[in-house]
Amino acid sequence: MQQKMQNLLLEVKGLKKYFPVKGGVFGRKVGEVKAVDDISFSVKEGEILGLVGESGCGKSTTGKSILRLSEPTAGEVKFEDQEITSLSGEEMRKLRRHMQIIFQDPYASLNPRHTVEKIVGEPLLVHGMNSTEDRKERVRELLEVVGLSSYHASRYPHQFSGGQRQRIGIARALANNPKLIICDEPVSALDVSVQAQILNLMSDLRDQFNLTYVFIAHDLSVVKHISDRVGVMYLGRMAELAGKNELYNHPKHPYTQALLSAVPEPDPDYQRDRIILKGDVPSPSEPPSGCAFHTRCPYVMDICREVRPEFREVETDHYVACHLYQDAVHS
Amino acid sequence: MSKESLLELHDLHTHFFTDNGEIPAVNGVSFTLDNGEIVGIVGESGCGKSVTSLSVMQLVPNPPGKIVSGYIKFKGENIVNASPKRMKQIRGNEIGMIFQEPMTSLNPLFTIGNQLIEAIRFHRKLSKKEARQESVDLLKLVGIPRAEAIIDEYPHQLSGGMRQRVMIAMSVSCDPDILIADEPTTALDVTIQAQILDIMRDLNKERDTAILLITHDLGVVAELCDRVIVMYAGEVVEEGSVREILKDPQHPYTKGLIRSLPKLHGEDQKLYSIPGTVPKPGMGNVGCQFAPRCEYAFARCFKEKPELYNVGEKRTSRCFLYDNKEGDAAENAESTFGS
Repeated sequence: MQQKMQNLLLEVKGLKKYFPVKGGVFGRKVGEVKAVDDISFSVKEGEILGLVGESGCGKSTTGKSILRLSEPTAGEVKFEDQEITSLSGEEMRKLRRHMQIIFQDPYASLNPRHTVEKIVGEPLLVHGMNSTEDRKERVRELLEVVGLSSYHASRYPHQFSGGQRQRIGIARALANNPKLIICDEPVSALDVSVQAQILNLMSDLRDQFNLTYVFIAHDLSVVKHISDRVGVMYLGRMAELAGKNELYNHPKHPYTQALLSAVPEPDPDYQRDRIILKGDVPSPSEPPSGCAFHTRCPYVMDICREVRPEFREVETDHYVACHLYQDAVHS
Repeated sequence: MSKESLLELHDLHTHFFTDNGEIPAVNGVSFTLDNGEIVGIVGESGCGKSVTSLSVMQLVPNPPGKIVSGYIKFKGENIVNASPKRMKQIRGNEIGMIFQEPMTSLNPLFTIGNQLIEAIRFHRKLSKKEARQESVDLLKLVGIPRAEAIIDEYPHQLSGGMRQRVMIAMSVSCDPDILIADEPTTALDVTIQAQILDIMRDLNKERDTAILLITHDLGVVAELCDRVIVMYAGEVVEEGSVREILKDPQHPYTKGLIRSLPKLHGEDQKLYSIPGTVPKPGMGNVGCQFAPRCEYAFARCFKEKPELYNVGEKRTSRCFLYDNKEGDAAENAESTFGS
């Protein structure tokens, strides 16, 4: 199969991240928030995998757990066939030059007291570029790559607009020629016209440097635009994962169908069957039994309330966790 | 105009007086809102759309903000210099408002019921018991389950979507003629957003409430609005029906904005992006505010300020391309745009 020929860069298996809930007089653990509850996926080299879902579905926690910025509770994360959840802090630090992250809020993720040169140059220093001259040179180069000018190096973050700040964040992530970049809602704080600039920049950089992205966002149109494959998350679990055209044109999971039908299209003539979901997302500290979506699902069956559906391939490269498709065994 | 509009803004200027000088946040905005109509104001951050809505409610913090000229007529009455007492009668009673962040607009120390009853009893002569019953009915109207129980809960016990429903219930409690909704769904997830938009559409149909919707999301506009006003840097740059604006935009800014949206359906192409960024308020130039980012800009755009030219019935565009004197330029622009 062709899929085997292309190298897997990242493999996530059974990833879980539970946050303890403390309460009572002695601050004992009284419960758990299952932010990420047993998800598996893989990312090929040079691919952009989009992760979408509503707030609280665990998509950001997934991104942070992959980098071990938030230590996973259980599961495996393999980067270039190397299991990284068991690495020591020092080994992990060395590995992070290959895995970087871009954050959502370009206002909070840049130190206001540092110049752009220091911000972008810091990862270079951490990973052993000790010569000040070399660093200066590299920072200037990076700024040009992301569409800023070299004279911006001596300025402070407050002197830039939101879009420019996000470019600085991208330059910092690119500093050590990483292989994988986790993009955590990189454009959701930006205006539409600036968002388009940043999305184009990110696509260009992917082609130029053969980067691999895990692109986390809540905006379905943005994710569709940039990704090759898309995973839909709900309440800490992966509901559906498929190639983007397959997923957007033939969604299988009832949640994906509802989500797609809820997106307002800027087209007054666009007709669709709107599926309005009832109620809110349940609390991840007390997820529903069986399928997490059964409380809102229009097709709910008895089995959904009891048994958690397996996340399986129902068509080539189309994975769904739903009892509606459990009989359709992919041969 | 023969018929008087429900709300009419004429050449409204709301300026902020700061240490860095006078900043014209709203710079000559005029539009009308008729009975039962849903009008959207769209634009990017800093374009003055929120300040416009706050001006209508006379809620612009003063100082530093002040309406320096123009008028706002509500049912024929100029409310720009209305007394605080008169404004209290209007606010909530005749014009309701919903804000973006439902958590910060509800008081965390009082129950939902307390806050609803307060609003109702302020404007209407009802006993506490009647007001409470009315509150329960309102909560049911906006689709809150277990309304009898929710009424005694505190805002933190509700989710974002529920809080926004409570806000809507509160703002329509006195059956206002106008509902101003400032980014009502921006903080919400898409599935919840769809629910809230449905509620607003029903309110408009059933109670004939006119809605002024402030948003940056053209998708939301397409869902809900009849007419659209596009703002840029404190000015109205284009006005028309929702179909005209989205299908056949005239102003280069509107065109660029629509082209820079990623599409949910159809083939993916490289996104168009408007070069540069929105000018900082107060950094305005002499000519057209959009000229520095506009691909059709010519010499006149940098020297003179364009007015709103009529490009159809109830359809205007603030661009020299539609000035009859520059008719040839407009044709040229049309042909380049098609490519």
